[in-house]
Amino acid sequence: MADQPLLELKNVSASYGNIKALKGISLKVYPGEIVAMIGANGAGKSTTLMVTCGIIPIDEGDILYDGRSIRGVAAEKLPVRGLCQVPEGRRIFPRLTVHENLEMGAFYRRDRAEIEKDMEYVYNLFPVLRERRKQQGGTLSGGEQQMLAIGRALMTRPRMLLMDEPSLGLAPLFVQKIFDIIHDINQQDGTTILLVEQNANLALQAASRGYVLETGTITMEDKADRLLHNPEIRKAYLGE
Amino acid sequence: MDYFIQQLINGITLGGLYALIALGYTMVYGVIQLINFAHGEFFAAGGYVGVILLNYFAGLGYLKTHPWVCLGASLVLTMIYCAFLAMAVEKVAYKPLRFSSRLAALLSALGMSIFLQNGLMLTQGVFDKPYPIELAEGGFEIGAISFNYLQILIVALTILLLIGLNFLVFKTRVGMAMRATAQDKIMSSLVAISSNRIISLTFAIGAGLAAAAGIMVGFYYGSVRYDMGFVPGIKAFAAAVLGGIGNITGAMLGGLIIGMVEVFGAGYISGQYKDVFAFIILIAVLYFKPTGIMGENVDDTRV
Amino acid sequence: MIREFKKIWKPYTIGMLWLLGLLWPLLGIHPDGTLSFGSTFRVWFYILVVTLTCVILYLLNKSQALKPMQAVIGRFRSATSAFGAKVPRAFWFGLLAVVMLAYPLLTDRYAQDVAIIVLIYICLGLGLNIVVGLAGLLDLGYIAFYGVGAYTYALLNIHFGMSFWICLPIAAALACIAGCLIGYPTLKMRGDYLAIVTLGFGEIVRLILNNWMSLTNGPNGLLGIKAPGIYIPTFEGGFSLEYFYLKKLYYLYYIALALAVFTVIGVYRLNFSRIGRGWEAIREDETAAELMGVNTFTLKLLAYAMGAIFAGLAGAFFAARMRFVSPESFTFLESAMVLSMVVLGGMGSIPGIILAVIALIVLPEAFRGVEMYRMLAFGASMTLMMLFRPEGLIPAKRVGGRSEEREG
Repeated sequence: MADQPLLELKNVSASYGNIKALKGISLKVYPGEIVAMIGANGAGKSTTLMVTCGIIPIDEGDILYDGRSIRGVAAEKLPVRGLCQVPEGRRIFPRLTVHENLEMGAFYRRDRAEIEKDMEYVYNLFPVLRERRKQQGGTLSGGEQQMLAIGRALMTRPRMLLMDEPSLGLAPLFVQKIFDIIHDINQQDGTTILLVEQNANLALQAASRGYVLETGTITMEDKADRLLHNPEIRKAYLGE
Repeated sequence: MDYFIQQLINGITLGGLYALIALGYTMVYGVIQLINFAHGEFFAAGGYVGVILLNYFAGLGYLKTHPWVCLGASLVLTMIYCAFLAMAVEKVAYKPLRFSSRLAALLSALGMSIFLQNGLMLTQGVFDKPYPIELAEGGFEIGAISFNYLQILIVALTILLLIGLNFLVFKTRVGMAMRATAQDKIMSSLVAISSNRIISLTFAIGAGLAAAAGIMVGFYYGSVRYDMGFVPGIKAFAAAVLGGIGNITGAMLGGLIIGMVEVFGAGYISGQYKDVFAFIILIAVLYFKPTGIMGENVDDTRV
Repeated sequence: MIREFKKIWKPYTIGMLWLLGLLWPLLGIHPDGTLSFGSTFRVWFYILVVTLTCVILYLLNKSQALKPMQAVIGRFRSATSAFGAKVPRAFWFGLLAVVMLAYPLLTDRYAQDVAIIVLIYICLGLGLNIVVGLAGLLDLGYIAFYGVGAYTYALLNIHFGMSFWICLPIAAALACIAGCLIGYPTLKMRGDYLAIVTLGFGEIVRLILNNWMSLTNGPNGLLGIKAPGIYIPTFEGGFSLEYFYLKKLYYLYYIALALAVFTVIGVYRLNFSRIGRGWEAIREDETAAELMGVNTFTLKLLAYAMGAIFAGLAGAFFAARMRFVSPESFTFLESAMVLSMVVLGGMGSIPGIILAVIALIVLPEAFRGVEMYRMLAFGASMTLMMLFRPEGLIPAKRVGGRSEEREG
């Protein structure tokens, strides 16, 4: 484990209007890790990711990426620095074709040849996308959309990928496939991943470390396998 | 029959102009879901800046010697001027309200419209300002149908601008970013698109097209007036709604239909009520098919 | 400090330079082929001074430098409100009533004329407030109902010699019917479409008034409308009733006052009634209101009809006051003006709207020399209010945005 975290949240608070969604979150993600964040609906998981990406402004605290503060940095500047998110609900551009959706991922990049290479890489990773490249994004099935969302994020050449509920609404077969791919991305490309999931079992199996989020605060932090065997966690999140 | 064809030509000319204005409404609505009430004023400002520049060139004597250069220069400069005007309006009156209620944004737009209209009146006077129309006078006849060069010029220029816009929106990177921003602003900022810049650009392009329409209307009718933006503005909005708001091809089609209806309505039913036809179409479309002819699904939850 | 600089002065400088660039072509390029900069710079400089003052005041306010002054104002305010609380409300209302009643005795024709205009616009503003402020439906064609009321009285009076008092309810009824006719097809539309469609209807009404020569005499308007009259008993040669026209301006003032008071009471009662709560529910969240059993369509139609009634009354009075009507008086700009009164005053706030009407009518009268800038200032203040104080001068007591809007 490297000594400097790639992403660090320091006591971050954020709110929607009068409702406090995050009450002082601190977490660290080191380069090359997969970190899982689990918690119930409304615990603030998605908010944490949106705050990190600069979509929701923070009230207090600081966010460090690659050692520098990114508090108040415009959202659109972060993908350029390698911080990218696969948001909840996938957010495919519904009336852009699959190919255009992928091109959007590479929007800030100018290196034509490299973009072509990455495009090939994504198409090889998800052959079904190549078949449907001329189709509009909105016409894909849920699983295909999830692949497209991941593919689009990969097109930004991320160093750090934030993934929000990649298993949501997918058939079990697809879920396994998506998690295999997450594992591959992490192992082969060395991409650091912060994974937010309601499916605690899968997430903790894929991750090396985990955080538990409850109503806007982090209540537990440990190695993933230790969390997986923690009786409290098993009771609360694994239905035992 | 000849009368019919003559009217058809007039309808195409007028329809093309409405289409140019309608595009600004539809693009802005597509990107930020706002009815830009001030859009008609960009059109009027275009008409005025155009005549100011043409008169200036005429004063220098260039208009006689190099008419086409002057015309081109005026057109381009006017489009640039209105683009900058629109960007300023967006930054001041719309951007701070992007997250407040739609009513607030709409009222702000309305305020801007009144402000700009009166600004034009105060700087340019309340009277009609004549255009140096002798530039494209004359024409030719085929049978009993007369074509005049001015109309041909207007139609040609309109088609050129529409093709240019289609290319920009559907074939370029920037166009793709515009479409992406219209579909999902948060996601597009997650892939490094600056939505602020795209919104500015959208306003600029829409106003540029409206400015071109303003100059052409100046030539077509021979003069401009400070409040000329209001009625064509509503008609163009009707065109945008008719075509399905947010849809670029729809706006072009809608503009053409509104132009035709107005010309034929005036020709065959009643000239006095020609403005009413556009309004009736607007109301009928919104009542029976609010998504328009080519409309994308309008999100009903966001009343 | 550097942050402050970046946040305020940089955009301000760019903005002012941008403005200069936009102003110059309009003012500095002349048809004789010359360019000039003097007039542009003069206008620009005025704007610069005004805006700079505002920015500096804003900064001072933010950095607490104005605190001593605020303390003084605050103390003054609390002192006056303490005094106000000691005296019963009835006293203030009584005082207001006395002043309003005595007004024509103390003032000249001109002041009475202005007061009548203010009272007419109070009726219009409060009527529109029902539609926009209470029910949250943006209506840009409101002036059409005013026109319907005015033409109703004008036509009935000219052709049938009907008296003002009979025509008043007829005008209200016709305006109400017009409101229902326009409201029925439009009310299922979404908010901003509704705005455009009402604008379209308003324009259609104006175009009909303008073009139906045989009925309305087109743009020339209708002349020869009689003033309101009353029967007064005379005893010359036995008891009889004599018809007496109230042509004097101060009689008209009292009629306008009565109409305005009627409107204020009416709107106040509606505001705090069951129906008013229904309207507010619709404004806050139409879907939720419908699910809670509020009959949204009927209530929206009712809001339209009620708003139209007050406009119709005001219109009939307007025709009687001017004794002349023409389509000129019912343009979109009038609608926008009434709307800006509602917006400036504070949507749903009766005292706010009255204050805004007084401000928007009396201020331009007071500054006669700059009357040409009136609409410019209207437009600018409408935008500025939305930017800095969307709730209006005197915010309504129960306010709230629609929950859906806050998310989107």
